[in-house]
Amino acid sequence: MTTATSRATTTGAVGTAHSRVEGRDKVTGAARYAGEIPFAGLAHGRLVLSTVARGRIVSVESGPVLDMPGVLAVLHHGNAPRLETGYVGMLGVPPDPTAAVFQDDRVPHAGWPVALVVAETSEQAREAAEALTVTYEREPHDIAFSAGRSDARPADGHMPASTEKGDLDAELAASAHVVDEEYVTPEEHHAMMEPHAATALWDGGRLEVVDSNQGTTWVADELVRMFSLDASAVRVRSDHVGGGFGSKGLRAHQVSAVMAATELRRPVRVVLTRRQMFSLTGYRSPTAQRVRLGAGPDGRLRALDHRSLNQTSTVWEFVEPAAGVGRTLYDAPAHRTENQVVRLNVPSPTWMRAPGEAPGSFAMEAALDELAERCGVDPIELRLRNEPELGPVSGLPFAGRNLAACFREGARRFGWASRDPRPGVRREGHLLLGTGTAAASFPAGAMPSTAAVTAEADGTFTVRISAADIGTGARTALALVAADALRVPAGRVRVHIGDSDFGPAMIAGGSMGTRSWAWAVTAAAGELRDRLVPGGTVPPEGITVRSDTTAAVGALAQKERHSYGAQFAEVAVDVATGEVRVRRMLGIFAAGRIVNPLTARSQLIGGMTWGISMALHEEAVRDSASGDLYGGDLASYHVASHADVPAVEADWVDDHDPDDPVGIKGIGEVGIVGAAAAVANAVWHATGVRHRRLPIRPDRVLEAGGPRV
Amino acid sequence: MTSSTSSTVTLNINGEKHTLSVDHRTTLLDALRERLDLTGTKKGCDQGQCGACTVLVDGRRTVSCLQLAVASGEREITTVEGVAEGDRLHPVQQAFLDLDGFQCGYCTPGQICSAIAVIEEHAAGWPSAVTEDVRPQAAPPPLTPEEIRERMSGNLCRCGAYVQIVQAVARAAGESRTETEESAA
Repeated sequence: MTTATSRATTTGAVGTAHSRVEGRDKVTGAARYAGEIPFAGLAHGRLVLSTVARGRIVSVESGPVLDMPGVLAVLHHGNAPRLETGYVGMLGVPPDPTAAVFQDDRVPHAGWPVALVVAETSEQAREAAEALTVTYEREPHDIAFSAGRSDARPADGHMPASTEKGDLDAELAASAHVVDEEYVTPEEHHAMMEPHAATALWDGGRLEVVDSNQGTTWVADELVRMFSLDASAVRVRSDHVGGGFGSKGLRAHQVSAVMAATELRRPVRVVLTRRQMFSLTGYRSPTAQRVRLGAGPDGRLRALDHRSLNQTSTVWEFVEPAAGVGRTLYDAPAHRTENQVVRLNVPSPTWMRAPGEAPGSFAMEAALDELAERCGVDPIELRLRNEPELGPVSGLPFAGRNLAACFREGARRFGWASRDPRPGVRREGHLLLGTGTAAASFPAGAMPSTAAVTAEADGTFTVRISAADIGTGARTALALVAADALRVPAGRVRVHIGDSDFGPAMIAGGSMGTRSWAWAVTAAAGELRDRLVPGGTVPPEGITVRSDTTAAVGALAQKERHSYGAQFAEVAVDVATGEVRVRRMLGIFAAGRIVNPLTARSQLIGGMTWGISMALHEEAVRDSASGDLYGGDLASYHVASHADVPAVEADWVDDHDPDDPVGIKGIGEVGIVGAAAAVANAVWHATGVRHRRLPIRPDRVLEAGGPRV
Repeated sequence: MTSSTSSTVTLNINGEKHTLSVDHRTTLLDALRERLDLTGTKKGCDQGQCGACTVLVDGRRTVSCLQLAVASGEREITTVEGVAEGDRLHPVQQAFLDLDGFQCGYCTPGQICSAIAVIEEHAAGWPSAVTEDVRPQAAPPPLTPEEIRERMSGNLCRCGAYVQIVQAVARAAGESRTETEESAA
């Protein structure tokens, strides 16, 4: 029973650097992730995946495996419970049938889940899963992804498939300069460090799932619908999450664990192996893109045509909307964009950090660099000349568009003014040096969320929200936001997240998590503060205020809302080996109000590091014979390592979304956007050779020709 | 108890001895995580490719997913849980915390164990692939960012915290040098 908020307390936590509130637990090993929480009587499940790329399961020979030591059950399509899959979930999409395991005998791609073996220990489950004989009737598969497939068709996904205005042919014909090129990006995987893991158990008539995911109410809602349960009968918790990047939603591990826990009436944990992650947890589809740009002599665009094709599985449609990037970034009298998909016998792709914008910006920003070259206009100047007044497709006003400020500040700090535009002229022994730039943008939005803020009797405050901290620093950010809304020091606020019992909230995704949650926390904290009488007392049970931002978010005026950035890269290309190394990168962003500069900088640099990785390293290659990946593991699928990442610097210009209670836009994805293009443009500047296919591998550099030793 | 598929082994972890019967298939990583509730050591790939499970075995970096528990007796094993002195974080841990050398935190215990050994390996004069002068009589190279990056490259971080990790290792190495010099003086 102490005094509640005093009006004179320190404020202004937002915008100041704070180390992560859970940081000490993470550096000492005390932070427990989903697969690390002990349960009495725990059994271990191991998934068995198909070895054929298309066909039908003829038999699952469970008998011999059930006789192996410790084996408790073998679940497969012949004995698994039926699931409901005909619904549209919280994110507006139906469930990926890859997660709705064991429903029929069809095998639509290599690495499809066909059985779960459950045993007393993980070693027993592993050996039994490897021993399980599954026979298939094999059918021919088609995994050949390429531009120009006759079965490609326009597809909407989370935006309309096509937009079109003006007379493209006429404007292209009237253009002084035209770029017409194809750009290709490969299949890329999230490869977060923590594998998907879930433990399911029934406790007092409630299903409890301890999971690693990007949204507990999202996953709980999917389980409720899929298993036809009461909403109140499912609780999903997800405390520390070892990375997500779009992949950690409802997957085969939670569903199979729930099936087994229901069957065995004891806790069952299913952890995916690294190899299983490569076919069960989504990925970024390869894209084949064609960009046509037409411009007047001064570089002002007259025509913009961007078409992108991606692959999806035969069981679930995912559109990687790469052609959407120009819908908000650049205008032209003739403007056409279209996303297409083709269905193949491949695993289902999904959202991966900056879906659409990451591959789309590679093509668009590389094409603009080519246009700048042809026009003889500086690449930054070209972009500044093409800044639109209104949304090119929507016609809506921008809620702040500080791209030009990013370029000006970035150019100053990177030393762009002294750049010689000629390619292939800077030598340092056997190295050729070059610099490149590219623009970045990613939508900024908010989704309805609920939060509860409690004034405790001891003068502290507790925030409860089913947010997820997948490495973003969300816990810390929300403590700062709540502290400011309550006008108390951040040290008096504790934040509990990752529990579906806290009520619906946005997932950690789409660069919308922190903004959506902060809105709800601000609303609850603000009302709580109004209710606390200065000098008054708080009862032992505390005073709790709940918020729901559904109405407020719904009333948000329609505008073009985006975070922006300007990416700069310097590369050295070894003319003897073809190796490209990034020497330095700078990204300047306009991404709304920055809540915690320490963690925000890390997140932006992380995105840029993904850009280096995308430009130079990442490439999952499918074997046409098996339909599976060559080496679906972290040795064959190379993500940037320490040695690949040089001095990378991220900073920002003042930016603020006037319609957001805290001024937040979003920073999770914009860091990768344009980063690969900046590297590719720098490689051209170094060598004089355009690379339109990622990654820019040493063999491709050598085969492309260009200056030699 | 010893049978055809299990044996008794005494593991010396963070200075504490644990005698347990292990399935011969059990890796040191799984013994730590599933038998001894030492879950600070992480399983990222279980194939020796990511470095998340790095522990120190007799002071040297080891990926514990490729080491069988039954073969780990008689060794001094240090995990992330054993590097702080009570409440006082190891300088590497403190530097990671202060400089934000992690995001999701899952690779962090492996990075920290690796970094501790990197600093010691460097101080002991071990060269790396980027060391210019590798003659035995050569002085240890300065622990530049390039040296740190090369030596830390067995530890993947998908969040992309490398820039901050390198800064943290450099700071901790600097503190460790200062401490050595002070104790020598």
